Amino acid sequence: MINSSLKALSAMLADKKISAVELAAQYLDRIDALNPRLNAFITVDREKTLAEARTADTRRAAGEDSNMLGIPIAHKDIFCTDGWLTTCGSKMLGNFVAPYDATVISKFKQAGMVSLGKTNMDEFAMGSSNETSYFGAVKNPWDEKAVPGGSSGGSAAAVAARLAPAATGTDTGGSIRQPAALCGISGLKPTYGICSRYGMIAFASSLDQAGPMAPSSEDCALLMNVMAGFDARDSTSLEREKEDYTRDLEKPLAGLKIGLPKEFFAEGLSAEVAQKIDGAIAECKKLGAQMVEVSLPNMGLSVPVYYVLAPAEASSNLSRFDGVRYGHRTAEYRDLLDMYEKTRAEGFGAEVKRRIMIGTYVLSHGYYDAYYLQAQKIRRLIAADFAAAFKQCDVILGPTSPTPAFNAGEKASDPVAMYLSDIYTIAVNLAGLPGMSIPCGFSNDGRPIGVQLIGDLFSEARLLNAAHQYQLNTDWHTRIPEGLK
Amino acid sequence: MKWETVIGLEVHTQLTTHSKVFSGSSTAFGAEPNTQASAVDIALPGVLPVLNKGAVERAIKFGLAVGATINRVNIFDRKNYFYPDLPKGYQISQLAKPIVEFGSLKINVDGEEKTIRITRAHMEEDAGKSLHEDFHGMTGIDLNRAGTPLLEIVSEPDMRSSAEAVAYARALHNLVTWIGICDGNMQEGSFRVDANVSVRPVGQAEFGTRREIKNLNSFRFLQQAIDYEARWQIETLEDGGRVQQATVLFDPETGETRMMRSKEDAHDYRYFPDPDLLPVKLDESWIESIRAAMPELPQAMRERFQREYGLSVYDATSLTSQLDAARFFTDTVSLAGEAQAKLVANWMLGEVSANLNREEKNIVDAPITPGLLADLIKRIADGTLSGKLAKQAFEGLWAGEGGVDAIIEARGLKQMSDSGAIEKIVDEVLAANQKSVEEFRAGKEKAFNALVGQVMKASKGKANPAQVNEILKKKLGG
Repeated sequence: MINSSLKALSAMLADKKISAVELAAQYLDRIDALNPRLNAFITVDREKTLAEARTADTRRAAGEDSNMLGIPIAHKDIFCTDGWLTTCGSKMLGNFVAPYDATVISKFKQAGMVSLGKTNMDEFAMGSSNETSYFGAVKNPWDEKAVPGGSSGGSAAAVAARLAPAATGTDTGGSIRQPAALCGISGLKPTYGICSRYGMIAFASSLDQAGPMAPSSEDCALLMNVMAGFDARDSTSLEREKEDYTRDLEKPLAGLKIGLPKEFFAEGLSAEVAQKIDGAIAECKKLGAQMVEVSLPNMGLSVPVYYVLAPAEASSNLSRFDGVRYGHRTAEYRDLLDMYEKTRAEGFGAEVKRRIMIGTYVLSHGYYDAYYLQAQKIRRLIAADFAAAFKQCDVILGPTSPTPAFNAGEKASDPVAMYLSDIYTIAVNLAGLPGMSIPCGFSNDGRPIGVQLIGDLFSEARLLNAAHQYQLNTDWHTRIPEGLK
Repeated sequence: MKWETVIGLEVHTQLTTHSKVFSGSSTAFGAEPNTQASAVDIALPGVLPVLNKGAVERAIKFGLAVGATINRVNIFDRKNYFYPDLPKGYQISQLAKPIVEFGSLKINVDGEEKTIRITRAHMEEDAGKSLHEDFHGMTGIDLNRAGTPLLEIVSEPDMRSSAEAVAYARALHNLVTWIGICDGNMQEGSFRVDANVSVRPVGQAEFGTRREIKNLNSFRFLQQAIDYEARWQIETLEDGGRVQQATVLFDPETGETRMMRSKEDAHDYRYFPDPDLLPVKLDESWIESIRAAMPELPQAMRERFQREYGLSVYDATSLTSQLDAARFFTDTVSLAGEAQAKLVANWMLGEVSANLNREEKNIVDAPITPGLLADLIKRIADGTLSGKLAKQAFEGLWAGEGGVDAIIEARGLKQMSDSGAIEKIVDEVLAANQKSVEEFRAGKEKAFNALVGQVMKASKGKANPAQVNEILKKKLGG
C-alpha cells in the first residue's frame, strides 16, 4: 500500500477499497513512527488532516469522482496554508499561522487532496542540505548520516520514506531536483510562471517556482495537472491554455534527440555519478533516443551569477520580516533600530544572514552596475546558450548533482562547496526552463543518484514523457530504503 | 549682492482609483485604522502585488495633459528602506523608467506667462501612517493608506520665486483635479508638495546647493516655507556660511524650516527592478482611447474664452482655474446665449465669487445654479432688470427665494418702462426741483444728472434709466 503510485491510490479510492480517512490515517501512523528519526515534517496535525480526509470522503459520497480526491500530500513549509503553522524553516516565522492558502494549496484542496502536514526545509529555502532549518536537519532515509539535499529536503525525505505518496517543493536553484536526486525520487521544476507563486514565501522571486515531488514521473504529471495554471494574483504567472501533463507519457522515445552538454561531464563530476548517468544514457539509447553533444559555454558562470541575483532579491524579499506585524520580535529593545537589529539577528540563521548581506552589498550604490546589472546580462547569455542548444536537441540530459548525498556537517562550514552542489541545476532557473530529476541508480554505499532532464520552455509534457518511458524500463524509482519497508 | 532663488517641486498626487495600486483594498479616507489593509497591504509572507490598471490610466492621462512622452515600456522598482509603516521594507516605485517624462505646464504670474518643464511623473505606492500620539510610549501603525496609488510629479528647477512656485503648484492642482486623476484634497494629503530650494548670485550659471522642504500641504505654507528658506540661505551665505544639502521640515507655527536629515544620513535605497511585476507595456490603442476621452484642458479653454468671448486674460484665467467654475461658466453661457458671455463672466467673477468667498464655499455648493444665473442674465439683457435691481434679485436667488421672475415679482424689482408712469414721476420731480431746472437751463450739465438721480430715487430705482433720460431731455428741451 505505502508504495502505491498515485494512479493506484486513485483507483483504490474510486473503487471504495479504502477511504480517504483510512488512507490518511495510514500515512499519519507512518509519520508518527518514522518522523522522529527523519525530521522530515515540521508540523503534523492529525485532526486537521483527518478533517480534510473526511471532507474528501463526503465529496466522494456526494458523487464527486475527480482523480486526486482523497489522495494525501505533504506540503513544503514555504507554502502558506490557512490555519497551519507556516515557518519557512525559520525561527522568524516560528509562530506564524498563515491566515490564507497559497494558490497552489487551494488548487490541491479544490482537487480534494488531503494535507499530511508541512515538511522541513532549509531556512527560507536557502541551502542544499537541509541543515539550515531552524527546526533541525532532515535525515536522508537511505542513510541517516547523509543529508537529504535541499532546500526541499523534508519533502524529498518524506516521499523517499513513503511518509507521503507525494509532496510539493519549490526550486530556486535546484531545490526540488537536487533533494529528489539525493533521496531517490522524481521531482519537476516547471517553466517559470507555470505554477502560481502567490502564497509561496519568496526567496528569489525571478527564480522561485513550485513543483511536484513524488516517486515517479507519472505521479509528477498527475500533480502538475492540479497545481499548474494561470493565477491573476501572480503577475509573473503565465496565461496559457490548460494542459494535460499526462498526454504524452506513453509516447515511445524513438527518435528523441537528447543533448549532452559537454560542460556537464567535465571536471567536478564524481566518477560514481558519471557512471550512473552513462547507464541512463545507455538505457535511453536502447529505447531509441539519439544522443547529440551540445554546449552551454556560459554554464560555468551560472553559480556566481546566481549568487548575485538570488541574494539581491532575497535581501529585499526578507525585509518584511522586521518584527513589526507578525513573526518573531525580540523581547527587549531600546528603540526602533534596536528592535529591528535584535529581531533580525535572533530570527534569521547564519546562511540567511549571509545572503541578505551579499544581496544588500550587490544592490548598494556604486556596486549595482558591477554586480547586479552584470549578472543580469550573463543571465541572458545563459538563456541564449540553452536556446541555441535546443535547436540541436529535444531535451538535455545530465547529472542533477555532482555527487551523491554527502554526510551531514561535511559542507556546512564551507558555503562555496555547498553552493557548488547546485552547479548543474542553477542555470535552468536562470533560464526559466523546466527541469526534472529522476533516480538512475545508487552509489557504492547505497545512496541514490539522479539524472536531470532539461527541456525548452513549456516542454514539461515532453520531459515527463522521457522520464516515464525510462521509468517503465527501470525500477530505481520504486525502491524504498530497506529499514523503512 | 543680488540673489536669485531657484525652485523645483516634487508633488505627490493621490490618484482617484477606488482600490489600491497593488491590492483590491479600498482607498477611501478616514476608515478605522487597519480596516482597509489586506494581506497584500500588510505584506504577509507570500503575497504578491498586482498592478491596478486604473492607476496606469490616470498616469497616462496626466502625461497627455502636460504634452509629455508616455513611456510605452515602463518599469517598477523597489526602493528599499526600513520603517514601521512601510510593510514590505520597500516601496514599489519607478526610478529608471517612469511612465511619464518630458512634459510642461504654463503658469501666469503678474501677467507674465512662463513654461515650467516637468521632468517626470512616476507611479508609486504610499506608505502607511505611524500614530505617535495615541499610544503612551508606543507607536501605532495604520496601514489603511499603505498601497494607495500616487503619481509623483517632478518639475525642473524652473521657478524663480515663491509666487512662481505657488502658481505652478496651483496650475498643477487645477490640472490634476480637472482631468479627474486626483481629488486635490490637501487636508487629507491627496496633494502634497516637496520644494527643492537653492539660491545663487544673479548671473551665476551654476545652481547653489539645495535643501528640500518636505510635505507642504497648503499653498500658503508653500509660499511661506520657500520665502523663509530662501531668506535663510541668503543670510547664511552672506554671513560667510555654507548651505549643505539637507531635507528640512516647515513648521507652520513658527514659519521656519528646520533640519530633518543631512545628506550624510541619506539612505542608500538599493533600487532594483521589482521581480514580482513585469515591465508595464502600454498598448497604443489604449493610449489613443484615453487621449480621445480627454476633456478640454484649462489652458485651451482659457485661450478659447479669450478668443471667442473676448474675455481678458485675467478673467479667462480666473474662470479656468477650477473645473467646477469653468463648467458653471460654460453651462450658464450655453443657457443665457453666447452673446451674454461677458456679462456672465462679470457676474461670476463679481457677485458669485464674492458670495462664495464670504461663505467659504465651493461653487458646486453654491445655492445658485447655472440655470438661475442664466435666467438672471436674461432679465438683465431684456431690460427687465437694471444692474442695480439685478443685484437685489441675485440676493434673492442666493437666499433661495425661488426663480428670478418670482423674486422680481415678490420683491417688486421690475424695471419701470411704462412711459406714462415715468413721465408722471418726471413731472413731479421737475415741479419739486425748480432750482435744478433753472441751473440746467443756465447751461449747467451737472444739474441734469441730479434730476435723473431724483427721478430714479422717486421710482425706487425701478425706472428704466434710458427712458428717464429721454423723457427728461424732452421736457427740459420743450
